[in-house]
Amino acid sequence: MSLLDVRDLSVVFQRRGERPFTAVDQVSFTVEPGQTVGLVGESGCGKSVTSLAIMGLLPKRGNRVTGEVLFEGTDLLGLRPDDLRDRRGRDIGMIFQDPLSSLNPVIPIGVQVAEVLERHRGMARRKALREARELLDAVGIPDPDRRLTEFPHQISGGMRQRALIAIALACKPRLLIADEPTTALDVTIQAQILTLLKQLVDETGTALIMITHDLGVVAGLCDTVNVLYGGRVVERAARHELFARPRHPYTHGLLSSVPRLDSPRGERLHAIRGSVADNIPWVEGCAFAPRCDNVVDACLDGPPPLEPTASGGDLRCNNPVSEEVAVP
Amino acid sequence: MTDPTTRPGVGKPRTGDSPAGTSAEDPAGQPGDGPAGHRERSIGRLGDRKRARLDELARATADPGGVSLYRDALRRLRRNPVAIVGAVIVGLFVLVAIFAPLIAPHDPVQRFDELTRDLTVDSIPGATAGHPFGSDPLGRDFFSRMIHGSRQTLFVGVLATLIGLTLGVLLGAVAGAFGGWVDVVLMRLTDVMLALPSLLLAITLVAMASRSSQWTVIFAVAIVSVPIFARLLRGSMLAQRESDHVLAARALGVKERNIVLRHMLPNSLTAVIVQATLTFAVAILDAAALSFLGLGDPDINRAEWGLMLGVDGQRYFEVRPELAYYPALAIIVVALGFTLLGEAMREAIDPKNRR
Repeated sequence: MSLLDVRDLSVVFQRRGERPFTAVDQVSFTVEPGQTVGLVGESGCGKSVTSLAIMGLLPKRGNRVTGEVLFEGTDLLGLRPDDLRDRRGRDIGMIFQDPLSSLNPVIPIGVQVAEVLERHRGMARRKALREARELLDAVGIPDPDRRLTEFPHQISGGMRQRALIAIALACKPRLLIADEPTTALDVTIQAQILTLLKQLVDETGTALIMITHDLGVVAGLCDTVNVLYGGRVVERAARHELFARPRHPYTHGLLSSVPRLDSPRGERLHAIRGSVADNIPWVEGCAFAPRCDNVVDACLDGPPPLEPTASGGDLRCNNPVSEEVAVP
Repeated sequence: MTDPTTRPGVGKPRTGDSPAGTSAEDPAGQPGDGPAGHRERSIGRLGDRKRARLDELARATADPGGVSLYRDALRRLRRNPVAIVGAVIVGLFVLVAIFAPLIAPHDPVQRFDELTRDLTVDSIPGATAGHPFGSDPLGRDFFSRMIHGSRQTLFVGVLATLIGLTLGVLLGAVAGAFGGWVDVVLMRLTDVMLALPSLLLAITLVAMASRSSQWTVIFAVAIVSVPIFARLLRGSMLAQRESDHVLAARALGVKERNIVLRHMLPNSLTAVIVQATLTFAVAILDAAALSFLGLGDPDINRAEWGLMLGVDGQRYFEVRPELAYYPALAIIVVALGFTLLGEAMREAIDPKNRR
């Protein structure tokens, strides 16, 4: 049994007086224990909404969530709110994008770590604070004794993200969801945080869902990668397979858009035409068609199905990039 | 902000810092003044004396640990001259009010023979020995009455603000926490109250009470401030509800009650605290206005600035204008003090001003 089995997860935003918008469209993927799975795509492709839907954190008003989110066989979407709350933070941890705004500004760091332990492991405050000190030390925060009493605005961005990781991992969850954990940090700190995440995931055997638009993050961390476009999975492959032989034109375009130091002088950076807003609804055809270089007539006849590939992944494309065309 | 991670000798090797022992303190370590072999020799090791010095410097630049939002604001408040002026006025006023019986030379309700002797409709005795402000129209010591008046003002201001604050925070927190129809109903209620001019509402409330006393004044002034507190708190609670740290708390399984009490409410209170100071000034003015209009405490013995201004000051303005000047001046200065302090607090507590 997979640790997490997401089946046909759909999220529809329904605002009064507006047309319903399908943010996540029948997304399915699995996470095995200890595995690191990437969800990749541009802003607006449904990555964060997927993660919030898994955690049951979308506001009830104005959203319709359908499908199944099986965590160790239990459908999280069908749980009573209290039961789901007991699982959040204990079984599934989450790290958010902006470490400053994700910490409560009026509570010292130590107390914020301790509170999770009190909530889910029933520790007394004193004992929880001792444990919090160990946790801060484990995520590489220098001088943890003093950090316990400090407030979020007093420590640096990198340390804040470390503190958030300590909070998320405090109860040794079996699954950690990291929603763009390095986007708000500068590059050197990004590398440190990723190394730390990798190290902690390896040590504790926690499975990780890494949500990112940064393919560099994927390259260093993920076992399998799900590429999302317009709310649907368009390609799924093992990491090496994806980087060596991207099949979907969108994946190919993303990889070609990464600046390289060894490209010839004067060569312009490749860019995917248009923006995420240039979608067509999936019912009409492939949502990526307006931006695609490989578009064929079949692309406008209806949504292409997600089909298994020879290399063990899945692909949703009528005219995939041929294997000979390597990433430049 | 001093970033403690950059302190030498503290950063863990894991964070990628180079070890503390570099050539920064070594005079021989001139960069680029020789071949590679020279460089090797000049770096050397950090001596014990230099290491002690390094630790000392590191300690000196380390920040002193947990400084809360409020302590940080207080520190900025102390550097603001406007805040100091406001605080001095408010501080003096509170001290005078507390120690009024010790400061005032006489009993504020006692009528003095030496004052009543010269008292007529056309002349009220001015300053004499022992009575620096002279007499009031009933032959009582005007100075002592002014001093004791501060107590009444402080009493009304504090109680009215506290009652208004409590009710307003309760309403605002309930509206912000529950949302939905509870929010709609409560906010329409505050809209109705805000639609009426505050003084008019206070007058109506006092008029509705069957018997006027200082409590009707306090209650009226308090009720008038409730919608302001309620709206303010509800607004920031709603903003907090959408904030990342509340989402993060939800993701950790924090119970809804604790989300409201520990995450939304404490982060929303700053605006309310500032408003309380400003409300205090308004409460003093409103209470004085009610007394001035004759809607205050009917007890003629009670020394109250608004009453003194409204009854004695107005009636005997041509005889002795000081009877109006002093209470008016006192009300203005105290209200100004609270306003200055409130404005300075608003500035200090604003997160945009934080370092």
